[in-house]
Amino acid sequence: MTDRVAIVGVAQTRFSPKRADVNVGELAYEAIEQVLQQTGLEIGRDIDNSISCSHDIWDGQTISDIGITDVIGGHLRNEEKMAMDGSTAAYYATIGILSGEFDCTLLLAHTKMSQTDRNIVNNTAFDPIYTRMLGFDFTTAAALQARRYMSVYGITEEQVARVVLKNLSNARLNPVMHNGRDLSLDEILAAPLIADPLRALDLAPDSDGAVALIMASEERAKQITDHPAWILGIGSCYDAHYLGDRDLADCMALEKAAAMAYRMAGINDPRRQVDLVELGDEFSYQELLWLEGLGLCKRGEAGCITAEGLTARSGELPVNPSGGLLGGVPANVAGLNRVAEAANQVMGRAGEVQIKDVEIAVAQGHSGFCGQHQCVIVLGREPRSLSASAGRSR
Amino acid sequence: MTDIFAPSENRDYFEVDQHITASSRYYAGRVGSRFFIALRDEQKILGSHCPKCNLTYWPPRNTCGRCFSQLSESDLLEIGPLGTLETFTRPNYTPPQPVPAAPVLYGIIKLDGADTGMAHLLGEVDFENLKIGMRMQPVFAEAPAANILAIRYFKPAEE
Repeated sequence: MTDRVAIVGVAQTRFSPKRADVNVGELAYEAIEQVLQQTGLEIGRDIDNSISCSHDIWDGQTISDIGITDVIGGHLRNEEKMAMDGSTAAYYATIGILSGEFDCTLLLAHTKMSQTDRNIVNNTAFDPIYTRMLGFDFTTAAALQARRYMSVYGITEEQVARVVLKNLSNARLNPVMHNGRDLSLDEILAAPLIADPLRALDLAPDSDGAVALIMASEERAKQITDHPAWILGIGSCYDAHYLGDRDLADCMALEKAAAMAYRMAGINDPRRQVDLVELGDEFSYQELLWLEGLGLCKRGEAGCITAEGLTARSGELPVNPSGGLLGGVPANVAGLNRVAEAANQVMGRAGEVQIKDVEIAVAQGHSGFCGQHQCVIVLGREPRSLSASAGRSR
Repeated sequence: MTDIFAPSENRDYFEVDQHITASSRYYAGRVGSRFFIALRDEQKILGSHCPKCNLTYWPPRNTCGRCFSQLSESDLLEIGPLGTLETFTRPNYTPPQPVPAAPVLYGIIKLDGADTGMAHLLGEVDFENLKIGMRMQPVFAEAPAANILAIRYFKPAEE
């Protein structure tokens, strides 16, 4: 039984506001075909488990994976769907391989946000008894969180706008992103208000696209590639559901998920040990909040370190050098894209967005409004045994 | 449905128009039913008190997420009606559910006696005058409503 797990292949479609030419299965297959070609693996012979991640209402079908069994090989063996952010697929793929049940897992996340209205989809995430009929969606919930966080920690609109400036500029270099552009702070701060204090450029845009990854046990990984991205740590945690259940300026679930992942990875000083971060900036202010939750700076400091350029591509701790979700990544796909971009950096395959000498990268994804569920994946260039450290020291 | 003969860029691609509608009746449960009946008949707001953690939750619930104690109807107590505004926003678009308010303002109000907040609509106030920490009071619907809109919205408190 293996105690080391690695990402051995990464493929992404180009993301775009609308792919009218393909249905979800065709879109998914674009990424799957690429990752199989890249690794030289055959879906029938080599893959022994599949995990997909998509959203029922966006796909227009409950148990949305049942419509794509043919492209992911669900008719050949086990296939499971994560009805959550794609980062959680990497979490479960790791566990499946560590258990000894599987050796080589195909991961897929796909969403076509152009197929329906994001606010209607996201309104159904709110409980039907007390909240849904008030018309909340992820944007109004995020606006409530943004104002609370900015007020409690003295984060300024300009500091938040610097996240947009950085990520959209980074996205210009990344061929999969569609929202890359060079803007001035004034232009970002003059964008129309969508839900005060959030402006148009503070929201990750509607996007269509798919990401596919292959993860393998140590033995298989070494047969497939000389430069895998090793999983060093994983963590996952939920916060309470109702909007008023928590102080929205806090991020308890992320702090716990990060603590689990860091403990497995042997990281005790993340700011010093982590070389690069790809996190879920579904809304701009979240990059600052999640940086704090990941323990990469003190609470309330993320605005300052961003303004100082520490998180820029050329900074001491590049954050979202890929362009982040603001660069144009579909919901659900978001977290698997974070893992994919972080893995590419560790494998030295990030092309135009490559940062030099990335030994350890952190990927973070979240599901639900205001980051209710959090998942943290730590990746590294050198392998590390997971079984000795996994969850034993709690 | 997209008119496949109209926009040239869509000539080769067909879109199938679908509408999913479902009239649903979601059960409020034991403590939730008590909450809605007290709100409708007495204009009282109930929360659930966990005696072990000494925490009072809104919405009322029958489990304390902190200590996993079972809570019941006997753990309900009246909270509010006054409370403190924790955060707020104003969407500049039509929300995905029809909301009886113009303009639409949202806030989270921590009711006196409760340890968690209530997300709801705000009214009778200009957005520019809203401030975190403001005292708020509920405005109840004139005709009793059997849902959360039995509270129409919260407005600045007249205290």
